[in-house]
Amino acid sequence: MIVGDSKPLEEILAMIEGREKVLVLGCRGCVTVCNVGGEKEVGILASTLRIARKKNGQAPGIEEMTLERQCDPEYIEELAEVAENYDAIISIACGVGPQFVSERFPGARVFPGINTTFIGGALEHGVWTERCQSCGNCLVHNFGGLCPIARCSKSLMNGPCGGSASGNCEISPDVPCVWDQIVKKMDAMGRLDELEQVWPNKNWLTARDGGPRQRVREDLKQ
Amino acid sequence: MKAGSNLEKVLAAGHFAVTGELGPPMGNNVEEVRHKAGFLKGIVESVNITDNQTAVVRMASWAACKILIDEGLEPNYQMVCRDRNRLALMADILGATALGIKNVLCLSGDHQRFGSHPESKNVYDLDSVQLLAAFQKMRDEKKFLNDKDLDGAPEIFIGAASNPFADPFEFRVPRLAKKIAAGADFVQTQCIYNMDKFREFMKRAVDKGLHEKCYILAGVTPMKSVGMANYMAKFVPGMDVPADIVKRLKGVDKKEQAAEGIKIAIEQIEEFKELEGVSGVHVMAIEWEHRAKEIIEGAGLLPRPEVD
Repeated sequence: MIVGDSKPLEEILAMIEGREKVLVLGCRGCVTVCNVGGEKEVGILASTLRIARKKNGQAPGIEEMTLERQCDPEYIEELAEVAENYDAIISIACGVGPQFVSERFPGARVFPGINTTFIGGALEHGVWTERCQSCGNCLVHNFGGLCPIARCSKSLMNGPCGGSASGNCEISPDVPCVWDQIVKKMDAMGRLDELEQVWPNKNWLTARDGGPRQRVREDLKQ
Repeated sequence: MKAGSNLEKVLAAGHFAVTGELGPPMGNNVEEVRHKAGFLKGIVESVNITDNQTAVVRMASWAACKILIDEGLEPNYQMVCRDRNRLALMADILGATALGIKNVLCLSGDHQRFGSHPESKNVYDLDSVQLLAAFQKMRDEKKFLNDKDLDGAPEIFIGAASNPFADPFEFRVPRLAKKIAAGADFVQTQCIYNMDKFREFMKRAVDKGLHEKCYILAGVTPMKSVGMANYMAKFVPGMDVPADIVKRLKGVDKKEQAAEGIKIAIEQIEEFKELEGVSGVHVMAIEWEHRAKEIIEGAGLLPRPEVD
């Protein structure tokens, strides 16, 4: 899923400063699953903003709404009647949400209420971790099912580097060295010899380096 | 001969080689480069010029290399993959060799989170193994990575680094083998303090015959004090400083610790001279260039051989 973090309250308050009617807009997709932008978080943020604005002597003027998904025009359309009524829309979907809303309603002032951080999964309740960098050419099966592009701080394809110590990355003892894990896993699988080959240069054309990406499925287009 | 550099010639002639290291200044202070170079002139085959070492911005390595050439020293141009993509790496090696640089050391580079600009974006388009392969291709096939012909190919003696003390230990020799397969002509190791572990590393390298495919230079950095030893033991990732080194430095008067550190370095070099598979030493007297001579002379390695 796409994982995000709430923006600091002060940052959000500064964004909507002087804007009377505000809509907090949630999404039932990834951000609901990672507890940062679903209906529940819309309620919490809206209440917090109301209290803060009241304290500052401002009219609260905060309303709430949660769409099925903000990455789909079909659901964005639900805002058609109301979008232009607000002085500010705070989208707490991933970075797609505020853009799709802005694109559909050019007159609306849309603000991001969360920071989109990574594509990952939950290790346990309340702990998420990065797993994919969407490089567009998945190779994880060659590395024991572990991605060196997303999980090595240097995206090394021929690791581990000289900074790997006691299973941790050189950048911090809190960051596991994925190459340490790859070597140990491949060894346990009896496949260490596969790592002894030199992995050639990666073709980054399929990644963001090749320019913004678009996917077209002719069979699905109407 | 791959490049005909002094370092390559000395190694090819079978001499026990000595390389040094010089960190460029955090500014364009040419005199500082010349001053440091002066201490190393005539006592080493060639001098590594670090490339934004520890991710701290310094004078460009290639420029400091050129200053050394003008001073009559031979540089080893260090290049990290952190700061440049394949276009810049290839452009820089062409420019460097055009200026007369004949040795290069290919490195991944310390992560920028350590350094002077931790908020920067990193590159890592290639890793150090892929960089070795790229330069070997440019030199031997006279082609860019896209297989297009070069108008003048770089004649370069290609080096790699190896840290025998990083983890997992079992993969350290296989990774060195990868670097050699990719194109390394010589290898310089991380600073060695744990001699037992290094002997085991070399035994495994020799068992694989790696010393016959590549010149391996053992890394030596003298300890200036107990404080430095403790710092390296605790805070430098991938550094292995055994307790007995710290104990030995603690055992002498504070004023004598530097001399004791140099004594330890000399004893290490004496052992490296006898160790199978070791072709030389890389003396990294960091910000201590003026003491390098004591170490090299103390180890009986002066004068340096002259080869043609």
